[in-house]
Amino acid sequence: MTDISHPAAAAAPQRIADLQSGYMELARKKRLYGGLTLVVFVLLLVSGFMVADSRNAGGFWDGLANVGDYPAAVISEAWEKRAELPANLVKFFPALVETLNIAAVSTLVGAMIGLVLSFLSTRGLARWPRLVPLFRRIMDIMRAVPEIVIALVLIFMLGGGPVPAMIAIAFHTAGALGKLFSEVAENADLKPVDGLSSVGANWSQRMILGVVPQVAPNFLSYSLLRFEINIRASAILGFVGAGGLGYELRNAMSWGPGQFDAAAAIFILLFAAIVLFDQISSRYRNRLTEGGHA
Amino acid sequence: MTDATMISGTGDRLGSAKDAADRLFQRKRLFNFGLPAIVLAYLVYIFFAFDIAGLAQRARLDNAVTLASDSWSYKTHVTRDHRSGDIAYAIEGERKGMYPEGMRPDWVSDAGDTTVVDLGDGHVVRILPENRTEYDVPGFGTIEAHFDGGRIVTNLGDTPPDWINAGDRRVAITTDAGRVTITRSKTEVFRYFPGWELFWFTLDSPYYGKSFAQIVFGEQWDPDRGNIEGAANDFWHNPMWRHSDVAWAIGETILMAFLGTFGAALVALPLAFLAAKRFSPLMAVRFGMRRIFDFVRGVDGLIWTIVLSRAFGPGPLTGALAILITDTGTFGKLFSEALENVDEKQIEGVSSTGAKPLQRYRFGVIPQVVPVLLSQILYFFESNTRSATIIGAITGGGIGLLLTQAIQTQKDWEEVAYYIILVILMVMAMDWLSGWLRAKLIGGSEDKH
Repeated sequence: MTDISHPAAAAAPQRIADLQSGYMELARKKRLYGGLTLVVFVLLLVSGFMVADSRNAGGFWDGLANVGDYPAAVISEAWEKRAELPANLVKFFPALVETLNIAAVSTLVGAMIGLVLSFLSTRGLARWPRLVPLFRRIMDIMRAVPEIVIALVLIFMLGGGPVPAMIAIAFHTAGALGKLFSEVAENADLKPVDGLSSVGANWSQRMILGVVPQVAPNFLSYSLLRFEINIRASAILGFVGAGGLGYELRNAMSWGPGQFDAAAAIFILLFAAIVLFDQISSRYRNRLTEGGHA
Repeated sequence: MTDATMISGTGDRLGSAKDAADRLFQRKRLFNFGLPAIVLAYLVYIFFAFDIAGLAQRARLDNAVTLASDSWSYKTHVTRDHRSGDIAYAIEGERKGMYPEGMRPDWVSDAGDTTVVDLGDGHVVRILPENRTEYDVPGFGTIEAHFDGGRIVTNLGDTPPDWINAGDRRVAITTDAGRVTITRSKTEVFRYFPGWELFWFTLDSPYYGKSFAQIVFGEQWDPDRGNIEGAANDFWHNPMWRHSDVAWAIGETILMAFLGTFGAALVALPLAFLAAKRFSPLMAVRFGMRRIFDFVRGVDGLIWTIVLSRAFGPGPLTGALAILITDTGTFGKLFSEALENVDEKQIEGVSSTGAKPLQRYRFGVIPQVVPVLLSQILYFFESNTRSATIIGAITGGGIGLLLTQAIQTQKDWEEVAYYIILVILMVMAMDWLSGWLRAKLIGGSEDKH
C-alpha cells in the first residue's frame, strides 16, 4: 500500500480478488453439495436395486434373458391361430365395453362428487368456510386410497362384477379431481358470484350459474385426462376380479398355453382402446384449453 | 338516404340480432337440458348393464357385518375338545394367540368340575363334565345341551328362537354378549372385545399386558434381556401382527416406486433428447422415438406387469421394472415436450461466451429444464407409490400382497384394517415428501402439476 492518496484504487483489485475467491468458494461448495446429493442418490438407486433383486423370486440377470419368452409364445401361438383372431376380438368386445363403462361411469360420478368437494374446499366459494380444512383432508384421504383396496373389500361384500370397481375408482377420482378442480376454482372471478348473491341466489345457484361456466373447460379437460387414467385402472381392477377385460385376461392367462390366442386378442383390444382414447382425449383437451388459462 | 330507411335498417339489424340471440338461447336451453338428459340416459343404461338391481340379492350383508365388526374388535375362543375334555383358550382361535399352559382369561373360573365362562351382562356359560353345556341367557332362561349317543340334545323344544340354530349335529347360539357353538368334536365359546389384541406383544412374551411405563422404568421382566431391547425384539417379531414383515412390505412398495420412477427418468432423459425437435435433426429418429414412447405408454402397466412377472417371478424387482417401463414412455413424452419449450436466449448467451456444444447443454439447457423435469418426476413418485401397491397385489410383492392375502383369508379383518391405514398413511407421507422435495429443490416457483 504505497499510494496513500488513492486508497480505493489500491483496494479495488483486492476487493475483486476477494469477491472472486468468495464466489469460487461458494461455487465449489455448491458443486460439492450437488455432487454429494448425486452420490447419495446413485447409492440409493444401486442399493435399492440390489435389495429388490435379492428379494425377488427370480434374479434380474437370469430373468432378463427370458423377458421375450412370454410375448414370443403369445405371438407365435396367436399367429398360428390367426384365423380365429377376428372371432376372439368379437368375443371379448363386450368385456372391453364393460371396462370402458366402468371407467366412464366412475369418471362421471367421481367428477360430480369432486365438483361439489372442490367448491366446499375452496376459500371464497365454500358453503361453510370454517370446514374448508376438513374437506381438504377428506379429499387427501380419498386420493391416498389405492383403488384396489376399496375394490377388494367391496368384492368381498358385493361379489365380483363391475360395481365394486366402479365405486373404488369413483372414490379415488373424486379426491383426485376435487384437488385439481379446487386449484382451478381458486382463480375463478368472484364478480358473477357477488352479482348472483345480490339477487338472492342460494349457494348451489351461485356455484352452478356463477362459477361452473367459468371453470367448465378446465374441469372437462381434467376429467378427460382422468378418463384415460381410469381406463387403465379399470382394466387392472378387472384382474383382481372386478369384471371387464382384466378379468377375461386373468382367465385366459390361467388357462396357460393353448389359450394364448385369447390373451393376444385381449392385449390387442386393450392396447387399441387405450391408444384410441388417448388420442381422442388429447385432441379435445387441446381444444378445450386453447387460449384458456390452462 | 332518408331517415326512414335508416330507421328501418336499424330495425332490421335489431330484428336479426334478436333472432340470433333467440337462437343462442334456444341452443343454450337445448344444451342445458340435453346434457343432463344424456348423462341420465347413460346412467340408466349403466343401471341395467351393471345389473345394479340384482346387486341387492348378490350382496352379502353378513359379510359386511363381519367385516365391520371384526375390523375393530377381536374374539377370544374357549374351546373344549370332546375327545380329551381339555379346555384351550386362544385369541381369534389361532395357535399364535394361544394362552400358554396355566394361563387363561380372568373371566373364566372354576367351580368344582365345572368351568364357568362369564360373557358379561349376566350371560354365563358353564362347561360341565361329560361334554354337557349350560348357557344362562338373561330374560330367556338356561339353555342346556348334552350328548346322547353322538346326537346333541337340547332343552329348546321344536321351535327355538331365530338367534339359535339347533340341530342334531350342530348347535349355534348367537347373542349380543357372545357366541356358543357345539359340534360333535368340540364346544366353542366366543367372547368379543373391542380393540386390536396382541398388537404389541403376544401372550408368550413376558411384556404382555405391561404398560409402557412399566417396561421402560419398571423392574426387569425377563432375566435374560434388558427391558427395552427385549420389548423391541418381541414387538418386532410379534407372530400375530408380524410387524417386521409389514415394515418390509411397506419398504418394498416404496422401493418399487422409487426404482421405477427414477429409473424411468434416467432412461427417458437421453431418449427425450432424441425425440425433441431442437436437439434431434433427423426426422426419422424423432418420429421413431415418439412412436416407441406411444407404444410403451399404450401397452398398459397391467400388461407389462404380466409379461415381466413371467420372466422375473414375483417380487419387488418385477414391480419396479413394470413401473419403469410404463413411465419411460410417459416421461419420454413429457421431457421431450419440455425440451422443445426451452428458451433460445439462454443458450445464445452461453454460446456468446465461447461455450462448446456440451457446455451449451450443461449451462444453457439443463438449468432451464431441470426444475420442470424434477417437478414431474416427484409428482409421479407419489402417484407411483399407489401404483406399486396395486402392482404388488398382482405380481406378489410389498404391502399389496399382504393386503390381498389378508382379504383372501376372509377372517383377519383387523389386519386388513391395519394394512389399509398403513397404506393411506404411506401414500400421504409420500405426497408430503414429494411436495417438500419439490419446494426444497425448485423453490416452489415452478408450476405444480
